[in-house]
Amino acid sequence: MNRIEACSEVHVLSPPLPAGLRRGSAPRVLSKSARWKPGIAASCRHTEVFASGGEATGAALALALARDALHAEAEDQRPWLWVQDKAALRLSGRPYRPGLPEHLRHRLIHVAANTPEDALFALEEGLRCRDLAFVIGEIAGNPRALDFTASRRLSLAAEKHGTALWLVRLDARTDLGSARMRWRAAAAASPPPRWNPQAPGQPAWQAELFRAHTFQPGHWTLRDDGNALVAAPVAPDHGDLVRGSGARSLAAG
Amino acid sequence: MAIWCADLALDRWRLAEGCRRGQGSDAAPLALIAETAHGPRIAAVNIAGAEQGVRTGAMLADARTLCPSLAVRPADPAGDLAFLEALALWAQRWGPWSALDPPDGLIVDTTGAAHLFGGEAALLADARAQLRRRGLLARVAMAPTAGAAWALAHYGPDGAVLEGEAMLERLGPLPVAALRLDDEVLLLLRRLGLKRIEDLAGIGREALARRFRTRRAPAANPLVRLDQLLGRVPEPLLPVIGQEQPMVQRRLMEPIRHRSLLDRVLADLAEDMARALEARGEGARRLELAAWKVDGDVLARRLEMAAATRDPAHVCRLFAARLDDLDAGFGIELVRLIAPWTEPLALAQADLDAAAERHGTSLAACMDRLTVRLGEGAVRRPLPRASHLPERAQRWTPPLAPQPGLQEDFAFHERPLKLLDRPEPIAVIYEAPDGLPRLFRWRGGVHEIARAEGPERIAPEWWRERSTVRLRDYYRIEDSTGRRYWIYRHGLATDGRGDAPEWFLQGFCA
Repeated sequence: MNRIEACSEVHVLSPPLPAGLRRGSAPRVLSKSARWKPGIAASCRHTEVFASGGEATGAALALALARDALHAEAEDQRPWLWVQDKAALRLSGRPYRPGLPEHLRHRLIHVAANTPEDALFALEEGLRCRDLAFVIGEIAGNPRALDFTASRRLSLAAEKHGTALWLVRLDARTDLGSARMRWRAAAAASPPPRWNPQAPGQPAWQAELFRAHTFQPGHWTLRDDGNALVAAPVAPDHGDLVRGSGARSLAAG
Repeated sequence: MAIWCADLALDRWRLAEGCRRGQGSDAAPLALIAETAHGPRIAAVNIAGAEQGVRTGAMLADARTLCPSLAVRPADPAGDLAFLEALALWAQRWGPWSALDPPDGLIVDTTGAAHLFGGEAALLADARAQLRRRGLLARVAMAPTAGAAWALAHYGPDGAVLEGEAMLERLGPLPVAALRLDDEVLLLLRRLGLKRIEDLAGIGREALARRFRTRRAPAANPLVRLDQLLGRVPEPLLPVIGQEQPMVQRRLMEPIRHRSLLDRVLADLAEDMARALEARGEGARRLELAAWKVDGDVLARRLEMAAATRDPAHVCRLFAARLDDLDAGFGIELVRLIAPWTEPLALAQADLDAAAERHGTSLAACMDRLTVRLGEGAVRRPLPRASHLPERAQRWTPPLAPQPGLQEDFAFHERPLKLLDRPEPIAVIYEAPDGLPRLFRWRGGVHEIARAEGPERIAPEWWRERSTVRLRDYYRIEDSTGRRYWIYRHGLATDGRGDAPEWFLQGFCA
């Protein structure tokens, strides 16, 4: 049927699996039809977020998802790693400490890699380190180094050592990858703040989960309300219905 | 005891040249020169040169007119200082500790040690004999205080020994320069007509204290120096303490040319070094590997660790990345590993390989691996800095450097998640001639500003920038598709600091 099911059959046929793999795939059978929502405990350790380059949407969503996953393990004071390759650095800038969430800003360790190969090396070393809370990677485009093998290496390292990886892909095609969850992110209009409706409000994103191991694909408008990630109710899509007459001239039909 | 190597620079040159005083190439006029802003200047001159009228401190061009056959060599003040440090350590044979007296002197504390050499005069004779055997022209003197010993060594009879009583009577006839004063103060004293120490001591203390009340430094205040000379006030000196660097080396029976053999040698050396460091209770922060080739060439590789370590496997792994471009040539015959920078490191449970595989690496090991492959400046962490300018509000430091204590960060209103390294100019279309633009064009795309907050005016830091730097008006904006940016207008139209203000995009909000 789809790729996920085909993969599961292969897993059953090949019994000697590394221990980490089985842990990730065990609850899948139970929650086959579960729907993702913020705050849900996902066993997924390798997530990809596809976003466009000239904005901070991808990194912001990855950071919000990482904080969301981190809330399960409260009082984690370990540092975290943010790896960027040179193209990503040029395209979307460098992390800015005063703008980071308050409980994360003093624990950031930033790695500026020259090439995608170096960035992948840094990501893998970060995943194998027991003193890191999570790892965020930003890689621009579809470099030759980041093929399915490299992606699989990252997945295995993340699952073996239990460190979560959030890989942001800037301006990239959704090529082959072994991430357990793959998101497509875009900016969404923020809700107007109460005291100054003319100002931009709390950040919001359109997030589309288009590949997932344990969850149904879906579409959410996610919002960071200061301390937790919340999903705004999606405005009902009326498809091809005629819009209200206020939005068009009556003569247009 | 004070030792004054009167001719240190030339003595070093003679030692390097292998000639005796006044013989060989020292027989002809010769000078050591130092490069100054006004051209070469004579730093030291030998006896033959001095007889021709060449003086220390003269310009080389002037000296050449007096003595056209003058040969010159470059002076080496750094080498002289290193030699003096080694000499200070060696001079501890006469006393428990010694201090440097740059540029060419030593102070050795011989309190209670003279009887070991058969008395003070015998100790001085021994010191002179030993220094002369080393080829150094030195004057030595002994006195109850460091200042008095210095004065006698420089201006008194050679080999003088001063007893505790009646110091002022013995030292009084010496010139005031024996007080170790600055040239400027010596000039002042000469103009006042005070030539000898007894002249100075004959004036009342109050008069001296009033005349030099603004001079805090001992070298600028004759009264302080006089008190130090007579032992009325203490004079702290900085002793020289020898530090032994842990060093291990392997001489190889056959020169090796292959990488696998070198890895084997390196693993042996790392284990030797671990044993040497463990015996001292220390771990290495910096390691230097030197490999001597058959043709005499030396290959050097240096490594710095984020935290003190002596784990042989970790050291081997870090060096392995550095040895890839090593050219062994005809073979390597000696490999040496030195730890120039060590820190105390207590014994701990050894991190077994299997444990590292199961539980992951430590943060310090991870940072070391990243730094070795990606370079020094690639792995850093941001720290706040007290500045309102956005790009100056954070600075980058090494990942495991200790964080300075901070009272509180600056509380900014809203700051973007990411900042461009260099603000990028944007082309704007205004709705009203003076205010927020309606549209802007950046990187080939057109953005329509839907909502905005601002301006937040950030003035330049006048205490460190020029007066012509313009202020910035920051706006936090959201375009019609929901993308949030941080843009600013550089300057005002009416501030008289340039043309019409330009707009820049600096940051991306979450």
